[in-house]
Amino acid sequence: MAVDAPRVLSGSEVRADQVFHALADATRRDIVALVLQGEHSVSDLARRYPMSFAAVQKHVTVLERAGLVTKRRHGREQRVSGRVETLRHARGLLDRLEAVWRGRVERIDDLLAEPATHSTDPAARPPAGITRTDTEGAPT
Amino acid sequence: MTVVSVDKDPANRTMTLVAEFDAGVDRVWQVWSDPRRLERWWGPPTYPATVEEHDLVPGGSVTYYMTGPEGDRHRGWWRISAVESPRRLAFEDGFADADGAPVADQPVTAVEVSLTDRPGGGTRMEIRSTFPSTEAMEQMLAMGVAEGFTEAVGQIDAILAEPAVR
Repeated sequence: MAVDAPRVLSGSEVRADQVFHALADATRRDIVALVLQGEHSVSDLARRYPMSFAAVQKHVTVLERAGLVTKRRHGREQRVSGRVETLRHARGLLDRLEAVWRGRVERIDDLLAEPATHSTDPAARPPAGITRTDTEGAPT
Repeated sequence: MTVVSVDKDPANRTMTLVAEFDAGVDRVWQVWSDPRRLERWWGPPTYPATVEEHDLVPGGSVTYYMTGPEGDRHRGWWRISAVESPRRLAFEDGFADADGAPVADQPVTAVEVSLTDRPGGGTRMEIRSTFPSTEAMEQMLAMGVAEGFTEAVGQIDAILAEPAVR
């Protein structure tokens, strides 16, 4: 485990789509939460959900492909455990968007701290009185 | 603290950020409605934005480019879907090719801005940014990095230093 360290800016990003796809399903999220707390066998997981062993195994495969869990063989059992670093990476993507907007907000703040009349060429201003419109089908 | 809350919802691919400013709604609106002001904050200091077209009417567009340290230019556009001056703006934000034409197969995010009066003075600005798909989210963020949003890096390092997520 932890061979590809969670360097968010590295090539490990190619997995992000699989990660979000994997986490879009409630059962899979539940499985991830479980196996992050400790190893579980696939048959143990299958007992917890109202679905077939095969169906649970399929979920585990999706999670494994996304790098969210790892499977290892233990006797006749397949044991599943969570990979924390991948989850952190998924969260890191939205965190990065947050960082982009935090930077912007900070710059807006600096801009607003300037004297009100400063630095704007009136000729470059957009026409006043932008038309008010009813928004088209935009949910609020 | 200017940013008062951030809500990230990976399942809906949405980030909602709320910031508060001491300035009134009209002045905060100007950072969006005045292209000269807009270009002073849209891009990071290392990739300043230059706004060319700026037509804040429904169906109108804003076009801009960001100039990197090597003189490299990265073009983007907004397509305005709703404007209610001075309180609401909704637009799609996408990438453009070197001629400024929207790149069809590249991700577009939907951004909704709303400005409200803060009780006791000042303005509350809410930004909602939604990715159409997880592919788009990944692609967009990868490009964000290419465009030099490197201030994010420090933050990520801090996040990764945190204890494991549950």
